[in-house]
Amino acid sequence: MSWETLAAGQQLGAALGEPVEAAVAGKGIGALAKEAAAKKLAKIWAVEHDLLDSYTADGYTAALEQLIQKTKPKLVLFPHTYQVRDFAPKLATRFSQVLVSDVIAARVESGMLTLVRQFFQGKLSGDVRVSGEGPVFASLQAGAWRADTLESGSAAVETFAPMLDTGQIRQKPEAPFREAARAVDLTAAEIIVSVGRGIGEQSNLPVVEDLAQAFGAELAASRPICDAGWLPMERQVGSSGQTVAPKLYVAVGISGAIQHLVGMKGAKTIVAINKDSNAPIFEVADYGIVGDLFEIAPALAAEVRKAKGA
Amino acid sequence: MKIIVAIKQVPMRDSPLHPAASGKWIDEADLSFEINEPDAYALEEALQLKEKHGGEVVVLCAGPERAAQTIREALAKGADRAIHIETDALASLDTLGVAKLLAAAVTPEKPDLILTGLQSDDLGAGQTGVVMAELLGVPHSTIIMQVEVRDAGIRVKRELENGWFQHIEMPLPAVLAMQSGSNKLRYATLMGIKKAKSKEIRRVTPAELGGAAAAVASVEKIYVPQKSKQTQIFEGDAKTAAAQLVEKLKFEARVL
Repeated sequence: MSWETLAAGQQLGAALGEPVEAAVAGKGIGALAKEAAAKKLAKIWAVEHDLLDSYTADGYTAALEQLIQKTKPKLVLFPHTYQVRDFAPKLATRFSQVLVSDVIAARVESGMLTLVRQFFQGKLSGDVRVSGEGPVFASLQAGAWRADTLESGSAAVETFAPMLDTGQIRQKPEAPFREAARAVDLTAAEIIVSVGRGIGEQSNLPVVEDLAQAFGAELAASRPICDAGWLPMERQVGSSGQTVAPKLYVAVGISGAIQHLVGMKGAKTIVAINKDSNAPIFEVADYGIVGDLFEIAPALAAEVRKAKGA
Repeated sequence: MKIIVAIKQVPMRDSPLHPAASGKWIDEADLSFEINEPDAYALEEALQLKEKHGGEVVVLCAGPERAAQTIREALAKGADRAIHIETDALASLDTLGVAKLLAAAVTPEKPDLILTGLQSDDLGAGQTGVVMAELLGVPHSTIIMQVEVRDAGIRVKRELENGWFQHIEMPLPAVLAMQSGSNKLRYATLMGIKKAKSKEIRRVTPAELGGAAAAVASVEKIYVPQKSKQTQIFEGDAKTAAAQLVEKLKFEARVL
């Protein structure tokens, strides 16, 4: 459950003429269930069990399978998080269904639901229809629906105790941990210059380092750059790195895979420099220059210095 | 340890993509193809596990005839043999349909471990491994950075969001969806390329695996997304474009 997903549920429920119920799973989730109960929903299911204390794919799948069998929904919505990706496809398979993942929009036309999702890392979009018996399962991309459209109301909380036993749960999770304390806090930066695959090789990095210096910006990167070890992981922006919202974000040679966009699309002003005018980064950019970053970045650094000096 | 690596062939990164006349998939006529990047990391992990623990690495791939090239490259990197589920209709199947074919091919092999990339660069559904595990009745975990073999099974390092990680233990056999970037990818050596020529690629048809299941989720239409935001693009030579941009950043966006 996420507030955005509940907002999507309210909107689609209204369009389909169906009541909307929310489910919260875990151990000791009373407070969260109570918070959800203050929204305009038909019911809140508090799916409580000691074995749901730590997340496991087997535990969550079994618990939600039982809830879905009991409540027989037409549509089951999730936020598209790493955790949901880990179990929701398995849950859908139990109902001979397919999870439509990373959905960015949905529409209802004469009672028919069409889900829109991205293909080819955002370069194309596709309309998906689901048939078959059993509920439609969909996970929704972060930011695709707005949490602030969520309507308030009052819903009853009902506890659902799934039948689970330890033998069913084959994954034994340990406590989550962080690698090392972060030396760089990108979230505090006012201006970020971020570099992606377009830089080609590590020896080209000075081009963007100089641009960052001209702007007085922190240097950041998309995942492939950190994976390659060209910049430390702590400078990574995106779903597996930091989520930033600076006043200016300059994306250099970043095509804009969704995993990156979710980490930076909250920036106030976004500039994209990329050789491909169809790159998804231009979908979120306010300003763009299409062309060779090795010509544009030095020219831009010079112009920024000139503007600041004046 | 016997490891199956499920790989997919996808259009090369930065390929120009256009919807086909049918509107349901892309026009593949002039495209070049390569291994799906996360799958390359799954293959690398499998090869490293074999180097540490011995055993066999079997590549499994569903796709048209052209996928044989990608399979051959995986063999050249060190996989021992391959199974090619030959089908021209991959794009018309949904995740469940593809996973059913893969699972049917896996079952008689009785592997200890099945690895795959966490998602494909074309569909990006990120589900094939998870669905396969459910169909095979084995445990799974996704977004895996490291795999340690233990007496009773494996201990894996899973990536969570916002820089968090977690170790998880599970028994074998199991399916793991591997994260990109967890290892350094190897290149095929000349010797490897030579050896690959004599390695076995067993071709099977969907019919031999019980047939392709009709899709429950189908793509009605694929298209270039409509821009929701108006981007001001600056043209001209680098200096002119840069000067125009700085002007806007200073006086319109007021961020300089």
